[in-house]
Amino acid sequence: MTLFLQFAIAGITMGALYSLIALGFVLIYKSSKILNFAQGEFVLVGGYVGLFFITQLGLPIWLGVVLLVAALALLGFVIEKLTIRPLVGQPILAIIIMTLGLSLLINGTVICITGSELGTFPQFIPTAPIKIGGAVFSQVYAWCFGIAVILVALSTYFFLYTRYGLYMRATAESHEVAQSVGIKVRSTFTLAWVIAAAIGGIGGFLLGIIMGVSGDLSEFGLKVFPVVLLGGLESIPGAIIGGMVIGLLENVAAGYLDPLMGGGVTEVFPYIIMVIILIFKPYGLFGLTRIERI
Amino acid sequence: MELPCGVSKSTYAQDMAVIHTRTQWGLLGILFAFLCVLPFFLNSLWLGIVIHTSIVLIAVLGLHILTGLCGQISLGQAAFLGVGAYASTLLCAKLNFPLPISIIGAAIFSGCFGIIFGLPALRVKGFYLAMSTLAAQFIIIYLFIHVRFAGGSQGLFVPIPQFLESKINLYFIIMGTAVLATAFAKNISRTKAGRIFVAIRDNDLAAEVIGIRLSYYKLLAFFICSLYAGIAGALYSLYIGHINYEHFSLMDSIWYLGMLVVGGLGSTSGAVFGVIFISLLSKGTSLLAAQMPILGPQVASTIGIIVFGLILVLFLIFEPRGLSHRWEIFKKFYRIWPFSY
Repeated sequence: MTLFLQFAIAGITMGALYSLIALGFVLIYKSSKILNFAQGEFVLVGGYVGLFFITQLGLPIWLGVVLLVAALALLGFVIEKLTIRPLVGQPILAIIIMTLGLSLLINGTVICITGSELGTFPQFIPTAPIKIGGAVFSQVYAWCFGIAVILVALSTYFFLYTRYGLYMRATAESHEVAQSVGIKVRSTFTLAWVIAAAIGGIGGFLLGIIMGVSGDLSEFGLKVFPVVLLGGLESIPGAIIGGMVIGLLENVAAGYLDPLMGGGVTEVFPYIIMVIILIFKPYGLFGLTRIERI
Repeated sequence: MELPCGVSKSTYAQDMAVIHTRTQWGLLGILFAFLCVLPFFLNSLWLGIVIHTSIVLIAVLGLHILTGLCGQISLGQAAFLGVGAYASTLLCAKLNFPLPISIIGAAIFSGCFGIIFGLPALRVKGFYLAMSTLAAQFIIIYLFIHVRFAGGSQGLFVPIPQFLESKINLYFIIMGTAVLATAFAKNISRTKAGRIFVAIRDNDLAAEVIGIRLSYYKLLAFFICSLYAGIAGALYSLYIGHINYEHFSLMDSIWYLGMLVVGGLGSTSGAVFGVIFISLLSKGTSLLAAQMPILGPQVASTIGIIVFGLILVLFLIFEPRGLSHRWEIFKKFYRIWPFSY
């Protein structure tokens, strides 16, 4: 039981981070129907930019995080303006390949500059372990979980109760209708990318605190796909629940199966879940089932 | 299809021919002669590059049939290559099958794997299908590392027959297969199945309504695609001599898809152009970066990826129809040049 609790706590923390990263993906998909394969690269860039500001320049944490968010927002802005805007109206394959190409480009550039070396943030979270019901875990997990939950709550609030959130939901419903009531659809798209990039960057920063910044961070970005498929592509609650479920299942499965299978279960388990979802419930828990006509 | 002035056709067979004029036959002959003498003029580095390019060409042609013709996105082509490579090596080394049989066996085995992971295509398409093949990529790589007889993360040594020790013999085998594969891919687009693939790509619901068995033909496209991947993988194992899960990564799958897009989706010549262009470009930039030691080893190892990503992005923005479309424009221009009226 203690063992289970241990795995579950680690799983839920990872799950909260997955939710956060997946939220960025869902935001873009909801407003512009664009599938962003480069979300993982925002995570990677976030980790390394944070490392640059905080560890290398020695800035205080809060300033580093603010700069990180600004840098990532700029990246999202540039990407949307330069590469996604010209593809409006193109088939889905072109968009998928464009974001894949972007992910290669960003990934290559980051590795070229940093050499993909493992970097760590300075210790600013107390190291004393926390005990819950016999399970012992480090405080980092609690902090990251807390921050991720706050951010997820903030994004949800933004989406449901602010003016720009409303614009986004209207744009997601129909571009023409949104335009006809005076919403600037283009700026809404840009805003979605800016927010998604910033959220991904913070996700990368938090992941970097837990496990150190390395080239593997982009792999974590790929795990948004099982998450959003479980939750449903256009659902924010879906992304939150999906993230938690995938994180939990992945860690518990890895905890119990790794000794039997010889390791590496975390890397593959979410994808096995994904195949099962695709076969039995392809539109996820809260996604809209698409009805097609000729 | 644009043809020079004065070419007339009086039968259906003439109209359907791939090669129409004497000039085209002549050029084809020159191309074959060039391919036959090519290995004797190359040093071992460039011979290796040519062999590798032709293996990639086979893999990309498979993807061309699945993605370019049938419109189903696959992000797992490299993993299916891996299935072919492992299957051929295991058949050869553990079960002592002769090489040709183990290559054919590997191709069929890989094709069956493709059908398994193509099954979600019966219910979903587009992004969801891309996800299914992405899952295939990760699950297959996991199997390579963790299944006991696949040699773990160390990989496997490939038993290479005596006569393939010489790179020139290997070149002829692989180039021959690549030429056959190109001819087959070109012809498949003219058969019933090929036309059905195109119908499915353009509108799968409409295709179903006019009486096409969607499930059968989608799975057939997956089978052919993975069959190509299996052959390419088996040949790749012969070329590198030691296979390992790292040779079949997601990155390679994305490269194959990117080559297809840069060349031009939906045309065989596009696949050929894309593979040659991107392979030469990435090899060229890596070699160039290696020549300039100021840049350091990091730049030399990643410049290929950066340039490829950039090219992909630029092509999608400025020429989404790819190199083959440019080539058609070029040909048309020079056919009437300098008297354009």
